[in-house]
Amino acid sequence: MSTDPSRQGPADPARRWHDMGGDLAGPVPGEEHDFALWEKRVDALVILSGLKGVFTVDGLRRVLEDMGPEAFETMTYYERWVAALNQNHLERGTYTVAELGAKMEEVRARGATYGEAADAT
Amino acid sequence: MPLEPGARVRVRSMTPPGHVRTPFYLRGKTGAVERVLGPFGNPEQLAYGHAAERLPLYRVRFRMDEVWPDAPNPADTIDAEIYAHWLEPA
Amino acid sequence: MPHDHHHHDHLSPSGHPYRPDQDTGLSYWQVMEIAIRELMIEKGVVTAAEVAAQVEAMDARSPAQGAAVVARAWTDPDFRARLLEDGSAACAEMGFDVKPMRLIAVENDAATHNVVVCTLCSCYPRNLLGLPPDWYKSRAYRSRTVREPRTVLAEFGLNLPDDVTVRVHDSTADMRYIVVPSRPAGTEGLDEAALAALVTRDSMIGVGVAREP
Repeated sequence: MSTDPSRQGPADPARRWHDMGGDLAGPVPGEEHDFALWEKRVDALVILSGLKGVFTVDGLRRVLEDMGPEAFETMTYYERWVAALNQNHLERGTYTVAELGAKMEEVRARGATYGEAADAT
Repeated sequence: MPLEPGARVRVRSMTPPGHVRTPFYLRGKTGAVERVLGPFGNPEQLAYGHAAERLPLYRVRFRMDEVWPDAPNPADTIDAEIYAHWLEPA
Repeated sequence: MPHDHHHHDHLSPSGHPYRPDQDTGLSYWQVMEIAIRELMIEKGVVTAAEVAAQVEAMDARSPAQGAAVVARAWTDPDFRARLLEDGSAACAEMGFDVKPMRLIAVENDAATHNVVVCTLCSCYPRNLLGLPPDWYKSRAYRSRTVREPRTVLAEFGLNLPDDVTVRVHDSTADMRYIVVPSRPAGTEGLDEAALAALVTRDSMIGVGVAREP
């Protein structure tokens, strides 16, 4: 969580958690990682959803913000993105919750690793 | 009427709960229009899947000591892009 | 120093650790990605080829593109003027189509140092430089860069004298930013390619300066 004392305790409802400019916080972390294939695909699906007119980056951001600070601290960047991608598609009616549930079952049944589960198509 | 570069503006200090692109730390702060951009669709409508009004977008330059009164280098600056409906003449 | 990479057993060609991916247990979020992708394809929103092409385009973008733009600006005053006037159009001239991104180039000089941040999320000139580094998206960088930019820059090893004005650019809306770092002294004889090799990613975000030859 934020290390800014003014941002501890009960949240100020007027200021949303993601709006963090000016907070005090610890040192800038130095680690970097190269993106995994599934992360790049999430990114690609978000960009393509915009290009195809399904939803805009604003819709993505809105859901990310509504996920709250706990998601920011406990999920990785593209985990949050894939959740927000899904939320926007559900809202726009690309597929139903039931269709997603069935498809996730099908994917999971293909194997125990990303490589096995993603290579079925 | 569109603002001109150099115009003094204050960022509105309203705090609606939805998706906005005006940072909290700049609300109520006064700066000068650095350049005029746009028009761009209003993200506050786009975020909810609605057709968006096209708005002028302004790059506004703030002095560091306007934003943070205790700034050690007061003449440093922060530039941010602010949509027209968040600005009022100062 | 934020830049010093930690040592890992499994490093990519760029020296960064891979995030566990293909060969570890399938996560809930990975299952969701596969499912969404396949549903989008089945529903006719996208094709598999479009997804693959998008990933390929992402892999093709790197800071080297931005470095080439900076080196051109250092050597061609007319190009420099066009870049500062309209960053997107100047990049397109060089074959870097950054649309629909709108790029603003901001230039360092002896009296001015520019640095870019996105306090609200992680906006970054990704269509020119590729995806942002992890630290750019961190709470610390997003929070502090508008409040104490010089302290943040010092953590990157960049200590600026008080007579240099720091200009922080918060990417709050539709524009993306690239910093044109100052051309290092002693580079008069270098050609564009040699100059581009001096332009680091960090110097184009503004947390660093160009390398000395």
